[in-house]
Amino acid sequence: MDDSMKMCSENVNFFYGRQQALKEINLNILPNKVTAIIGPSGCGKSTFIRLLNRMNELVPHTTLTGRIYLDGQDILMPCVDPVEIRRRVGMVFQKPNPFPKNIFENISYGLEVNSIRNKRFIEERVVESLKKAALWDEVKDRLYDSALNLSGGQQQRLCIARCLAVKPEVLLFDEPCASLDPISTRKVEELILELKKDYTIAIVTHNMQQAARVSDYTGFFLLGELIEFDKTEKIFKAPEDHRTEDYITGRFG
Amino acid sequence: MKRDIIQKIGFFSLFLSILITFSFLGMIVYFIFSRGLPVISWDFLTQPPRNAMTEGGVAPVIIGTVYLTLGSMIFAVPLGLACAVYLCEYSPKSFVVNVIRISINNLAGVPSVVFGLFGLAVFVKFFGFGVSLLSGSLTLGILALPLIISASQEALIAVPYSIREASLSLGATQWQTIRRIVLPTAFPGILTGVILSIGRVAGETAPILFTAAAFYKRGYPKSIFSEVMALPYHIYALMTEGAHPDKQRAIAYGCSLILLFLVLSISGVAIFLRQQQRSYHG
Ligand SMILES: Nc1ncnc2c1ncn2[C@@H]1O[C@H](COP(=O)(O)OP(=O)(O)O)[C@@H](O)[C@H]1O
Ligand SMILES: [Mg+2]
Repeated sequence: MDDSMKMCSENVNFFYGRQQALKEINLNILPNKVTAIIGPSGCGKSTFIRLLNRMNELVPHTTLTGRIYLDGQDILMPCVDPVEIRRRVGMVFQKPNPFPKNIFENISYGLEVNSIRNKRFIEERVVESLKKAALWDEVKDRLYDSALNLSGGQQQRLCIARCLAVKPEVLLFDEPCASLDPISTRKVEELILELKKDYTIAIVTHNMQQAARVSDYTGFFLLGELIEFDKTEKIFKAPEDHRTEDYITGRFG
Repeated sequence: MKRDIIQKIGFFSLFLSILITFSFLGMIVYFIFSRGLPVISWDFLTQPPRNAMTEGGVAPVIIGTVYLTLGSMIFAVPLGLACAVYLCEYSPKSFVVNVIRISINNLAGVPSVVFGLFGLAVFVKFFGFGVSLLSGSLTLGILALPLIISASQEALIAVPYSIREASLSLGATQWQTIRRIVLPTAFPGILTGVILSIGRVAGETAPILFTAAAFYKRGYPKSIFSEVMALPYHIYALMTEGAHPDKQRAIAYGCSLILLFLVLSISGVAIFLRQQQRSYHG
């Protein structure tokens, strides 16, 4: 593999039981870029992205072949601790999933489970994360209110802040705006563009305009295969494969 | 118009069933109160019995029931919770585990006198704990185990997978996720289950019949190896033994009233907690 890649999948096949969900996926994720993954429902986008932080091995009866690299290291090797990988590769899910705790605890949790005990340090990191997630101004007066009282868009930004607090290197977003209204969606998109400076980002999205707006590279998945992967401009202006073109122009999907 | 009449008859018979059920309930409460209330007094609640159970109070009996119930929970809550966590969170979803799960649920249907005999054979005789607070607590604890396990399992299953996922994705271990996210979220449900099983255990007679209970014992239990008096057994003994049935019967109704009050208020607390939970999740 190439040293300039942050993450990289090599000949990845993935099975739920006997059903093959991914076929020979080779995809590179460049550092400090946003890589979008698009494709119709059920084509394996979530499955792929969840392999990058080893979340899919929690699903019983699955098989994975191929290699996945993070900074040149094969993260599928038996000696690699998945818990460590998940700390380095953070994830924001489709539906906001805050813990039923207060706002402060939602963010400090990730630090505490990673053995950070210093109170002053934790407080500073919570504030910093909320600011980075563009949520600070809205919640600074109610840090000790339940996170469940926030709006959907605020909850999703809280989940982003929670993820940022443990300082991952890569951020994975699985349709982060699927359950948000247009204004919250715009806020999250702006945030992603902002975060690009410090993080490597991969985002699954259903929304073509969103992929075009936020991403530098785009991969198009269809029925478990990676049909095309290129610069986002290229994919949207002059796709090589007619199936990509059909999908982007809305002829199916 | 025939349909109308059939419908009216249908509604009426449904209403009648409610009425019958409710009147039984009302009668129970009425009888226990009307016969028990006259003997209830401050002394009845705070004094030991006197004159061969015909006078005085029932304080040691109440205390005995409290000790037995607490003892059974000290044993059953940690064990039951641990089983539930293992079954829900760790065990593979295999055939064997399913069989274990079903067996535990069936255990809840075993008649309580069978638990009593088991306690006699195992705790009283085999382990040599004798007829004691300890043997009775353990026997009651075993009776409560399946209740606590199934209530805890339900509460654990109700915790959404998405927040476990969130925790794991932050680099938490599975154990940290269980300890810090799953258990606290399931806590109100688990607590409700525990309280309901306290109510159940407090009223049981058969499991303590051979393992813990004494009809008369001077003073309060001194150690976990003492025999104890307990409300349900005391009622039984007052009605079947002794030389002054009339005086004893009055005391038995007093005890029944106390027991009824205890059990109803315990389930009242459980219902209240369940309501709180609904509003929290809703
Ligand atoms: N936990 C699972 N068990 C079995 N099959 C699954 C599971 N998750 C996803 N699949 C299957 O894998 C395929 C890809 O799913 P997914 O990755 O969720 O697609 P997408 O995110 O692109 O909509 C689908 O056919 C889906 O039915
Ligand atoms: Mg998906």
